[in-house]
Amino acid sequence: MNGTSSETRTVTVEREFPHPPEKLWRALTQPHLIEEWLMKNDFKPVVGHSFNLRGEWGGVLDCEVLTVEPNRTLSYTWNFAHDDPAFDLKSIVTFTLTQTSGGTHLRMEQSGFRPNQKQAYGGAKVGWQKFLADLEQVLAREE
Amino acid sequence: MPEPQDTLFRTLADPTRRAIFERLCRKGEQTVVVLTAQSGVSQPAVSKHLGVLKRAGLVQDRHEGRQTHYSARPAALAPLIDWTSQMGGFWESRFDDLENLLERMDQ
Repeated sequence: MNGTSSETRTVTVEREFPHPPEKLWRALTQPHLIEEWLMKNDFKPVVGHSFNLRGEWGGVLDCEVLTVEPNRTLSYTWNFAHDDPAFDLKSIVTFTLTQTSGGTHLRMEQSGFRPNQKQAYGGAKVGWQKFLADLEQVLAREE
Repeated sequence: MPEPQDTLFRTLADPTRRAIFERLCRKGEQTVVVLTAQSGVSQPAVSKHLGVLKRAGLVQDRHEGRQTHYSARPAALAPLIDWTSQMGGFWESRFDDLENLLERMDQ
């Protein structure tokens, strides 16, 4: 999940779940289930459908469905409009499901940020956990 | 004039103060009374920590009657965090909730 200095950057998070792809697909595409693990939404698994993801922090993400391949691939835009270019965010989130012997491998790739993108509001609420872990490392080095 | 990073690092270097900030991030808005009950230090000490956090822009306060409510402003951490680690942490945490949801769902 490291960025590069090129035009766009990519964050990738992968995990294997001991559940079949069909079940994961439901969790990724049914609004009441999406709300339970991601955000409140008016998602529909229809290419071209525009929807919002509403975060607990009050932010609203503008999204549009780009790809729907049941049990395999789902992608949508993940944009946060802001007057200040440093906060403006345009990205694409792609979920790729692969059946494994023990369940399903899920890969989430988020890409398309500008190189000067300093922060992402979607992560502001929870990114602190990693920040604090990093901070402890930095402080340990300082001593 | 210290750099914003210096202020943030100094502010969060104290374990008690960091714990208060963490709790506000996790639990949302809390009163000084509730924070004190959970922190293991005196109320004046908690208030002092909250003052330091507020000056660093990490928390904001809201007065309601005689109570003061504090909430976290995680965006204030921005100077220290690039979006990759931020979004990575965000998705890891969402995947935790997804895993939890899958356990509760019917086949």
